[in-house]
Amino acid sequence: MSAMPRGQAVRTRPGRVTHYRRLYDDGASGRAHEPAWLHALREEGMDAFEEQGFPLPRDEEWRFTPIGPIAEGLFTTPSEASVDVWEPLARQQALPGATQVVVANGVIRTTGKSTAGLTVARLRELPADLAPMVSEALGKLTARGSALASLNTALMADALVIVVDRGVQVDAPVHVLYIGAADRTPAVHSTRALVLAQPMSSVTVIETYIGQEGAAYWTNGVTEVGVGDGAAVEHYRLQQEPRTAYHLGQTAVRMGRDSRYTSHVVQTGASLGRHDLSAALLGPGAECTLNGLCVANDRQLIDNHTTIDHAVPHCESHETYKSILADRARGVFNGKVFVREDAQKTNAKQSNQTLLLSEAAQIDTKPQLEIFADDVRCTHGATVGQLDAESLFYLRSRGIKQEDARAVLVHAFATDILDRMGIAEIRSRIDADLLVSLPTPSAPFTG
Amino acid sequence: MLDIRELHAGVGGNEILRGISLSVRAGEVHAIMGPNGSGKSTLARVIAGHHDYEVTSGEVLFEGQDLLELEPEERAWAGIFMAFQYPIEIPGVNNTYFLKAALNAQRKARGENELDAMEFMSLIRSRIKELDMDPALLNRPVNEGFSGGEKKRNEILQMAVLSPKLAILDETDSGLDIDALRVVASGVNALRSPERATIVVTHYQRLLDYIVPDFVHVLADGRILRSGDKTLALELEDKGYGWIDEEAPTPAGARR
Repeated sequence: MSAMPRGQAVRTRPGRVTHYRRLYDDGASGRAHEPAWLHALREEGMDAFEEQGFPLPRDEEWRFTPIGPIAEGLFTTPSEASVDVWEPLARQQALPGATQVVVANGVIRTTGKSTAGLTVARLRELPADLAPMVSEALGKLTARGSALASLNTALMADALVIVVDRGVQVDAPVHVLYIGAADRTPAVHSTRALVLAQPMSSVTVIETYIGQEGAAYWTNGVTEVGVGDGAAVEHYRLQQEPRTAYHLGQTAVRMGRDSRYTSHVVQTGASLGRHDLSAALLGPGAECTLNGLCVANDRQLIDNHTTIDHAVPHCESHETYKSILADRARGVFNGKVFVREDAQKTNAKQSNQTLLLSEAAQIDTKPQLEIFADDVRCTHGATVGQLDAESLFYLRSRGIKQEDARAVLVHAFATDILDRMGIAEIRSRIDADLLVSLPTPSAPFTG
Repeated sequence: MLDIRELHAGVGGNEILRGISLSVRAGEVHAIMGPNGSGKSTLARVIAGHHDYEVTSGEVLFEGQDLLELEPEERAWAGIFMAFQYPIEIPGVNNTYFLKAALNAQRKARGENELDAMEFMSLIRSRIKELDMDPALLNRPVNEGFSGGEKKRNEILQMAVLSPKLAILDETDSGLDIDALRVVASGVNALRSPERATIVVTHYQRLLDYIVPDFVHVLADGRILRSGDKTLALELEDKGYGWIDEEAPTPAGARR
């Protein structure tokens, strides 16, 4: 799907690419006991990255998101994060009732308890019975041809594997906490997860990306999700990295017949944060819902690329992404919806709304619908606006201070996205996060 | 309470108010009537502090304080409330929270205790009953999807909760059926007291059957052409606004 076009010329300065080949080669001993299929996958990944290099601004998909500082930086293999760093963060982030998994500097530190019908495991210690299923899926769900995903496959220290057995409804959400700790030199954290919801099962997975205050690193994360026939996956992806970090993440989803996938993407962190989400609707009756909320200020750049591929008839997709941009922040939204020739009776809705809080903030938004079937219902819309002066006056005329009135309206803009998050604790945390980025109202205004 | 002296104001260089003088004392109800475009809504919005209008000369004093120096919220804290002609819809902001935030912002600014949730809810329940409003409207976003009548009632609810010293109703009666009109009027009349004042801006005499004014001013072309008691409104109803233009203006702000 969202394959990055291959370049014609030299993509990156060769030294940069060679640097990662060296990191890969240096890690060989740690991979000595890996199965042949994984070795082959990594080799293929390394070769692909070496051939393609980093994406450049001349790539259409990266036109508005220059990643020079990442491509030029020689990010190293991370060292082991100190327990003293990650444990307090993990405690602080613990979600009541959830199974917590901690990944620090790309290394899985705790996997929580597996329960009946739910396996949460390290790829390195995969139960033998799951090996065939995992080897068939890992690296196959993601966008092939993505240089960064290829690099992740080559460099990942391990991969988190979450498997829900057929017909099992997992009540407790699985909360994967990716923590970035400071290193001697900035490192690349190749975080990787594979979620397989077997037919008729259901699970909620929360991925939270945070880091040690002031830590400089680059998260190059990949998550693959397989939603089996009749299965349901609710997926939260909360990117709250420190401003000293870069975040490039990808989520690839494949959906079976009558399956449901609901995504809540929140990006508030990192100086440069990008997420590419691609969902392939491969079975009739599949329903895909993508919600997104981005809040950026200062000189942050937050990018969301989504691709929804309607490959078969009678599927639905609903996409709503909202951005709130202040100061000199920049936002990028690119939403592709493909409706293939066979995908009759498709119902696809896309909406991207942006609230600009300053003159200097800007958004590049591009809905991109490519429809090859004739009996479909597809709508899309993009709005970019500022706080409504009449609404502000209305609130102020009732005695609410200007800065509070602004915060009220900003909140109101985000409310419908927040309301779609079923987990109240996450909702209130994101709410609090909004308050940090924005002027604080003196009273709660949710609802 | 309110003293307006030779007020000139407009939008983008277009003068709309051309020398308005008006005195409103505590306990009084003033009706401001006039044809479309006469400047009566502009006057209301200038008093409330709307950003679109530029005051070019004159002054507005509220309890001796220069109102034109104050931000809209500061005017609200001082005790001024304007019921909007077209109440604003604010999706995503819950009506109850909005009311509570507004009330507590005003109380805080005046150095009074903020109401807690319990105190606030009991206040609002009694007010909503008095106004015969559907309590379900409290849990909806501010004015979103409200009918015209519901929006106007919501304005009166806000007024009842905030209990301002000076309430300005900007064509609150427009588009209301007779039942809603009675509700609006009873809300306004409930607030009548020797300490408070009301300015009713209206196009029609009808509302004044329910809110009986002490003074009626007729505005045309940005000036007060005539001032009188409630009989002036009846006379207008009879003869239409055309009649005013033919007559010589009475001195601005004059009382009969």
